[in-house]
Amino acid sequence: MSEIIPIGPYHPLQEEPEFFRLHVEGERVIKMDIEIGYNHRGIEKLAESKSWDQVVFLVERICGICSTSHPAASINAMEDLGGIEAPERAQYIRTIVCELERIHSHLLWLGLAGHFIGYNTVWMWVWKYREIICDILDKMTGNRQSYAMFKVGGVRRDILDEDIPWFLKMLDKFKPALDLFKGAVMDDPVIHARTKGVGVLTTEQAKKYCVVGPTARPSGVAIDVRKDDPYFAYEWLDWDMVVLQEGDVFAKVACRILEMYESMKILEQCFKKMKPGIVDLHVKELPPGEGIGRAEAPRGEVYHYVRSDGSNFPVRYKVRAPSYMNIFSNEVAVLGEQVADAALILAAVDPCYCCTERIIAIDHDTNEEKKLSSSDLLRLSHEKTIRVKKELGIS
Amino acid sequence: MGIKLKALTKSPWVYHLSTGSCNNCDIEILDCLTPRYDLERFGIVLVGSPRHADALLVTGNMTMKCIPRAKEVYEQMPKPGVVIAIGTCALGHGVFDGSYVMPKTVDEVIPVDIYIPGCPPKPEGIIAGVAKLLAMLKQKA
Repeated sequence: MSEIIPIGPYHPLQEEPEFFRLHVEGERVIKMDIEIGYNHRGIEKLAESKSWDQVVFLVERICGICSTSHPAASINAMEDLGGIEAPERAQYIRTIVCELERIHSHLLWLGLAGHFIGYNTVWMWVWKYREIICDILDKMTGNRQSYAMFKVGGVRRDILDEDIPWFLKMLDKFKPALDLFKGAVMDDPVIHARTKGVGVLTTEQAKKYCVVGPTARPSGVAIDVRKDDPYFAYEWLDWDMVVLQEGDVFAKVACRILEMYESMKILEQCFKKMKPGIVDLHVKELPPGEGIGRAEAPRGEVYHYVRSDGSNFPVRYKVRAPSYMNIFSNEVAVLGEQVADAALILAAVDPCYCCTERIIAIDHDTNEEKKLSSSDLLRLSHEKTIRVKKELGIS
Repeated sequence: MGIKLKALTKSPWVYHLSTGSCNNCDIEILDCLTPRYDLERFGIVLVGSPRHADALLVTGNMTMKCIPRAKEVYEQMPKPGVVIAIGTCALGHGVFDGSYVMPKTVDEVIPVDIYIPGCPPKPEGIIAGVAKLLAMLKQKA
């Protein structure tokens, strides 16, 4: 006997609308359908009506969380098209903004993951310390999100030298918080019980589904655009790619936490190595031709393609975002798992649909649709945490 | 209606409805509930169902696929309820103006009580907007 549980399109788990249909047999998930498209905004078509400068602002609003990765890939594509090399200082500034964004995105996800398993304390703590990163970005770029820092041939704002000690002080303040999260997640027996061996994505499956970023690296696939095809200042810096082998939800959490340490390393080096100089080449026009740009977003590889006929507007603009590959790996990761774990597994790839959703359950015998709202799913997940705690003898 | 409106100003529960937003405003709304801003001090709670909500926080562009669903969510909300449009996209279409999937703005689909501009509005801005709305409701009640 199997049932279908619909998740979405409006559901408090994710901020964005998307729709999952889980086919369940008792407590086990046997199949999953995915429906996306609630957030389709026609950005590729719109980009054709925007000038080169405006395109960067437009792609920034593809996703508010990766609001620096899309412009990064976009200017990489345009600089590839024009054969432009941005000044060194601009490259460092770009790298700093990218890494700050990575930390803020991973923190955001860690907080939500804590919320899904019923640890609201983790959520509140993590988001409290995330404010430090937001403050740094606010002072550096003038906005907490959507930084509008990048432009072809440089950056829009320079980082003032007198601000750098303040940035470093704030990062120092953030470090103990990072250790706290690492301890809280890595040593907690309940989190181990809820995430270890859950939602496993094997190396073969990861390769077959072409997943990228922190969904692929915990499954033993060593891909990272920052290493494979270095852009900005990454090739001048010393840092390591985090690759884990287990592929379960725990590995995905651990991978993100360890990546934040790498980001901290990168940030400190950038502030140290940055030399005075110009930050903008004032590029006036782009030649006809094609360009591709890649960037490593917090969720994986972002790919942008651009074609120009020499006018002020792109003739064709193409975007491939990382979640597009990652979401479909849920199809295998969720199979055979309990419904109570589904919410966590779906969230573990850090999906970004730029929309919201809920879940539906269908009874295969009676073909009856049983509606479970996201709050029901959260409740199931929270109940399981309480059960696990009891089994472990923790109150 | 008076007493109902008065009750609404005490501890408004909010439901967050994203109609094709880029997540920025959604993050800032969640941010309002976390320790630095901590809206729960004032009894404002984010709920999981529109049926429990006193206020809808609408973010995003109102894409075609979202229009019927947004209407349905609005109808599920008990009345009197208020609708708060957050972010430039929900006010007009912002940078997405002219897109083929956005025939209507949010206020053409559901009635909006208050607009909070910004891309995204800062948490302080959202809180200021909600406070103004509550003051307005108190006067009416």
